[in-house]
Amino acid sequence: MSLSWTLLLFLIFPGFLFTVLAGMLLSWVDRKVTARVQWRKGPPLLQPLYDFFKLLGKETIVPAGGSRAAFLLAPAAGLAGATLAAAYVGTAAFFPGTIGFSGDLIVVLYLLVVPSLALIMGGAASRNPLASVGASREMKLVLAYELPFILAMLVPVVQSGGTLQLAKLVAWQAEHGSFAFSISGIVALLVVILVAQAKMGLVPFDQAEAETEIMGGVLIEYSGPPLALFKLTKMMMLYTMPLFVVVVLWGGFAKSVPVANSAPRVALTAGSVLLGVVKFLVLIVAAVVIRNTNPRLRIQHAVSFFWRPMSLAAIGSVAVALLGA
Amino acid sequence: MGLRIKALCKSPWVFHVSAGSCNNCDIEILDVLCPRFDVERFGALLVGSVRHADALLVTGAMNRKSALRVRQLYEQAAKPCLVIAIGACACGQGIFRGSYAMTVPLDELLPPGAVTAYVPGCPPKPEAIIMGIVKALGTLTAKPAARVTEPPQAVSGKGRIAASL
Repeated sequence: MSLSWTLLLFLIFPGFLFTVLAGMLLSWVDRKVTARVQWRKGPPLLQPLYDFFKLLGKETIVPAGGSRAAFLLAPAAGLAGATLAAAYVGTAAFFPGTIGFSGDLIVVLYLLVVPSLALIMGGAASRNPLASVGASREMKLVLAYELPFILAMLVPVVQSGGTLQLAKLVAWQAEHGSFAFSISGIVALLVVILVAQAKMGLVPFDQAEAETEIMGGVLIEYSGPPLALFKLTKMMMLYTMPLFVVVVLWGGFAKSVPVANSAPRVALTAGSVLLGVVKFLVLIVAAVVIRNTNPRLRIQHAVSFFWRPMSLAAIGSVAVALLGA
Repeated sequence: MGLRIKALCKSPWVFHVSAGSCNNCDIEILDVLCPRFDVERFGALLVGSVRHADALLVTGAMNRKSALRVRQLYEQAAKPCLVIAIGACACGQGIFRGSYAMTVPLDELLPPGAVTAYVPGCPPKPEAIIMGIVKALGTLTAKPAARVTEPPQAVSGKGRIAASL
């Protein structure tokens, strides 16, 4: 793969630019649906774009006594993590011919934590008591949801016979049908939907921001461009997480196309892409509905929710997958 | 009109500063944010941190406890930041003018020209508050010659607060 092609993948199509635009569109969908649920009219289509450019034009304030380098680097780190994760997942989703590398599933799992780590770093660097509370909550939340998340991610790995490669998971599903259409797969899917809610920082798992309670928590001291980058990262996660779930557990966007005189090929067709988009939208709508019909949990309840029922369900689904169902 | 100003006009995030108000204006501000008036149509959101604010909605009469806090909040806000005085008290201390518990009115407390719009009323209606925000944003896009607001008389706000404390 040539360098310019790689750069194109990272910066333009499944990577940065596309993710930003898709994330802005989805954040508008989220706000619009929320507004309709509350019997309001809601913001115009370009609202996320206006918010972003407005924040870019504002003053950047670094709190006195905070760690300047960590405070300003954290948003960039989070954005880089979200971009890389989106590029890997997007490549596996939209270019089923590319192979990736062995173990890129693990890399993506790590990259998906980076935005949360950046929030923790930025909050802790800003020398504000409420930001510290937010950072500590985010830390607890990461510890809580990573356990069921990684356990649930074992289900596709076990079912596909031990592959840790996104492209191979997509190919396996194109051939055998998606993982979600098995007992273990559907449980893993439900667990991952709830984990994704926490990873996207949406109610009921938005304790780290909690704007009505700790005034934006980790983001309280951020203003101007760094805040714009954090908001952008959050919008990108709103696109990346559902895409990741669709790719890894729910069949992806590709299907197996028969080729004359040789083995069938995994490729995108209009029908399979449309089906993939429908699955993606179902996940988005699920996230928005969960967000609008639930109050924020207290942090200890969120931790026990992820460690008890969710982890047990994930362990159960791995056990069922090992038994072959 | 630069992109920066246009984007600011399309996305004014408001922060609510109550400087010893009797709560009437505060409740009217909450009404503005409720579904009936739905200011999110214009991109306005209520934010919890003053660092995120583009407009401070100030209510209350600047008493001795609150005046310095209002000044600190203004200094902590990321510029450009509009200040909108909501209600008779914030506009000119209303019936509390001259009271021993009061300091100076809002526009003398903040640097000259910081207060962009005044919304009188006790309390003002939500429609009036929305109109105040719109007019305050209008001053950003108006040509300098067409501005109707003349800068207030320069007063040494700091000295007067210190004297009245």
